[in-house]
Amino acid sequence: MLPANPQSVLADILAAANAVVLGKSTQTRLALCCLLAKGHLLIEDLPGVGKTTLAHTMARLLGFQFSRVQFTSDMLPADILGVSIFDRERADFRFLPGPVFCQILLADEINRATPKTQSALLEAMEEGQVTTEGETRPLPEPFFVIATQNPSSQVGTFPLPESQLDRFLLRIELGYPDQAAERSLLESGGRREQLPALAARVAPGDFALLQQQTAAIYAAPALFDYLQLLVAATRNEPRFVHGLSPRAALSLLAAARAWAFTGGRSMVLPEDVQAVLPAVARHRLRLLSGGQAAAEDMAALIRSVPLT
Amino acid sequence: MRRRPGVALELGAVPWLLAAALATTVPHAEHLPPWLSALVGSALLWRAWLWYRRRPLPARWALALLVGGCVAGIAWQFHTLLGKDPGVALLVVFMALKPLEMDNRRDAMVVILLGYFLLLTHYFYSQSIPAGLWLLSTITLLTATLIRVHGGAQPVAAIARLACLLLVQALPFMLILYLLFPRVSGPLWGLPQDAYSALSGLSEQMSPGSISSLTQSGAIAFRSQFAGEVPEKADLYWRGPVFDDYDGLTWRARPPAGGPARADPLIEARGQVHAYTSILEAHNQRWLLALDVPTRLPPDSRLAPTLEVLAREPLRVRSRVSFVSALDYRASVAEAAAVLQQSLALPAQFNPRTRALAAEWQSLPPREIAEAALTKFRHEPFYYTLQPPLLGPDAMDEFLFTTRRGFCEHYASAFVFLMRAAGVPARVVAGYQGGEVNPVDGYLTVRQSDAHAWAEIWLAGQGWVRVDPTAAVAPARIEQGIAAALPEGEPLPVVVRIDADWLRQLRNRWEAANNSWNQWVLGYNPQRQREVLSRLGLADADWQKMTATLAVLCGTALLIVTLWTLPARRAVDPVQRAWQRYCKELARRGMARAEWEGPLAFAQRVARERPDLAQLTSEAAACYAELRYGCQGDARLGQLQQCLHRLPPQRRRKA
Repeated sequence: MLPANPQSVLADILAAANAVVLGKSTQTRLALCCLLAKGHLLIEDLPGVGKTTLAHTMARLLGFQFSRVQFTSDMLPADILGVSIFDRERADFRFLPGPVFCQILLADEINRATPKTQSALLEAMEEGQVTTEGETRPLPEPFFVIATQNPSSQVGTFPLPESQLDRFLLRIELGYPDQAAERSLLESGGRREQLPALAARVAPGDFALLQQQTAAIYAAPALFDYLQLLVAATRNEPRFVHGLSPRAALSLLAAARAWAFTGGRSMVLPEDVQAVLPAVARHRLRLLSGGQAAAEDMAALIRSVPLT
Repeated sequence: MRRRPGVALELGAVPWLLAAALATTVPHAEHLPPWLSALVGSALLWRAWLWYRRRPLPARWALALLVGGCVAGIAWQFHTLLGKDPGVALLVVFMALKPLEMDNRRDAMVVILLGYFLLLTHYFYSQSIPAGLWLLSTITLLTATLIRVHGGAQPVAAIARLACLLLVQALPFMLILYLLFPRVSGPLWGLPQDAYSALSGLSEQMSPGSISSLTQSGAIAFRSQFAGEVPEKADLYWRGPVFDDYDGLTWRARPPAGGPARADPLIEARGQVHAYTSILEAHNQRWLLALDVPTRLPPDSRLAPTLEVLAREPLRVRSRVSFVSALDYRASVAEAAAVLQQSLALPAQFNPRTRALAAEWQSLPPREIAEAALTKFRHEPFYYTLQPPLLGPDAMDEFLFTTRRGFCEHYASAFVFLMRAAGVPARVVAGYQGGEVNPVDGYLTVRQSDAHAWAEIWLAGQGWVRVDPTAAVAPARIEQGIAAALPEGEPLPVVVRIDADWLRQLRNRWEAANNSWNQWVLGYNPQRQREVLSRLGLADADWQKMTATLAVLCGTALLIVTLWTLPARRAVDPVQRAWQRYCKELARRGMARAEWEGPLAFAQRVARERPDLAQLTSEAAACYAELRYGCQGDARLGQLQQCLHRLPPQRRRKA
């Protein structure tokens, strides 16, 4: 059963999210796109700009079961995945599921955990299942990870390696709110209090249908041409260590479909690709001069590929 | 470093560009100073390494320093920056350094264009067949690089095929331009004087060793094609400069005598005449080497009093000249007394023994004196060698009585000395003797190693008679050629002394191919062009006629190529065309769409900046987006085309 009007549902979600996270309409739309495209989201910015609020808001609006893990350096895989304890009554081991058994896992400050813990999470992200003590257990459907990390205080952290960064469909930055948004934030107080009051805007199970519709958004041969040119341009750009992988190209297409869907269109346009490119590509491209590709690099990349 | 604008260069195109840079600079290594070649090589290697390791390019200031250093080095090496050699050196350096700042497509284009230009400069140095083949493959490589830079990654075979196809398409134009472009005599641009300094051949004077050193070159002096039979080898005396002034060491041609101009030398030809055409290699002297004695001369030449044929200008390019010669002749029977007097002159001192010997013969008739001298050469142990001992001031005495070892110039000059001392007018003639018929094309090939010197004496009633004292010493030299006359171990060039049959055949084929190349490709001068044109039915073509024909033929060829390639061109999508036309119209109204800008984004920008065009543009953009990126078919094509017509007429812009 399809939602009566998917566009109005999506608009409703976005409007509600923007009412909580002020002045960040692009980021909330990207976050929604990420979930529609069945991808995991990485939010990177300074503390206190609303990373957690955004993640929490999305979970509540979509009506998903939500758990939050604050990563620390002494955390062990079992702290996330769960642990088996001996049940005396049954004279057997009983598995106590960890916080990962949920629909949206908010992994706060993921780069504080050790690589061992990070990789435990990664299996869950990639496979949608968890293996502990020789037993594989499926995770609920859908399963999203929204991870946040704080780029500035790198002391005592374990930056995610490229291979793990690649598993996040999108990475967004929030940045400071603009003056008007900050003013209304100050006037109306912190946002966290509003969160419990948020009602789900999607009926259970409907989100899966929205995801199906997203995947069915039409992409024309001309669009594939453009997308391939864009990906080829990242591979030929001498300032990047290497270009986008085929998996990244798939991610780009999926995210562009979701962007077109949230824009109310039934086909993907080059504008959609251009809009999601920074979020898809920046954490996957490393500069030869060190560091990740900047927003200006993405703009230059887009300008270098003419639309035919 | 700030990023310069422009389309980024694909990494995969860099090896192509480096290969093109290498191919265009490598042949110049032959004549560039070694330090420059090493520098060029290491610059290209450096760039290749940077590419391989994906390192960033060197900073601008470092490159500027490098360029400045190279220019200073070239200025120091050549003492100037102008002229052929320093100019080429500069171009080569630029070609090697430009890749070091090459990071966008525009730089790549500069490299490719520079490469095409560098190709041209190779013809300053060599116009041979290997050079031509090398340049042909290099032009293919450059064209392939052009394709790679603009066409993106493709299989090498596909790129090569396209490059060859492009060159094949250019072929008709090349032929038409080659055949019909109005030719001018001489090179199109003046070359500096030093361009001719390296030409070899007989010189204006003869001293011991001058001919024997020439003999050590296997280079070709000229080729001749006879209309009829080729005469006997022993009769092939090709006359070069005539020397009648001796200072005890060196024979020189006397400067033209003052006083009244003498009548033309009287030549009385007897018996059969031979017509032949020679292709003379440039030797930077005026004489044209004709068979003794010429009775009909090519235009723009004259017969000197001493019977050699002189051109108006020194021979600086390979030339094709036709002669008729009579092998049996009498020349200058009525020679002026002053000339005969000059032909007896000797330096006052030195060589007492030779003079004494000549004095013994003085009473004999002139012909017997000559016979006596030849008998002396024939019977005493004279020895024919390229490596004679050095002689002192009494050179003739030492040679005739002590060393008795010498080359043709020794024999000729000793003979003339003896004749003059005995009172017979005599002179030395330099030139070439013999030659070898190339069975492949029937041309008689005469090399520098066939250089020779002989003598002429004047006999009353018979005029100047040729006497070749070398024939008395080494008859094989005249009858079979120099290789047979000299013993093993003499320093003769290898091409002359080839024994293996297959090798000789290979050499013959190669030289025949070269000859055709020289005649038809390099020697295609105004005269040849006229010949070809009259054969094509375009007699008496002046440049206007030629230009008209050129234009017509080029147009026809262009039409044919167009018709050939047109069907292969992808038909432009009507949707694309309609959108592009709409964008063009908008650009005329001051709203240009950026190349990368999508339709809806463009429409939004128009809405912000030009509200008057907003509605129409967003309609057109929506149509286009639907047509190109949607799946609804071509239903809205008409609407998109209508948008173009509904655009308001252009406003007049005021300055």
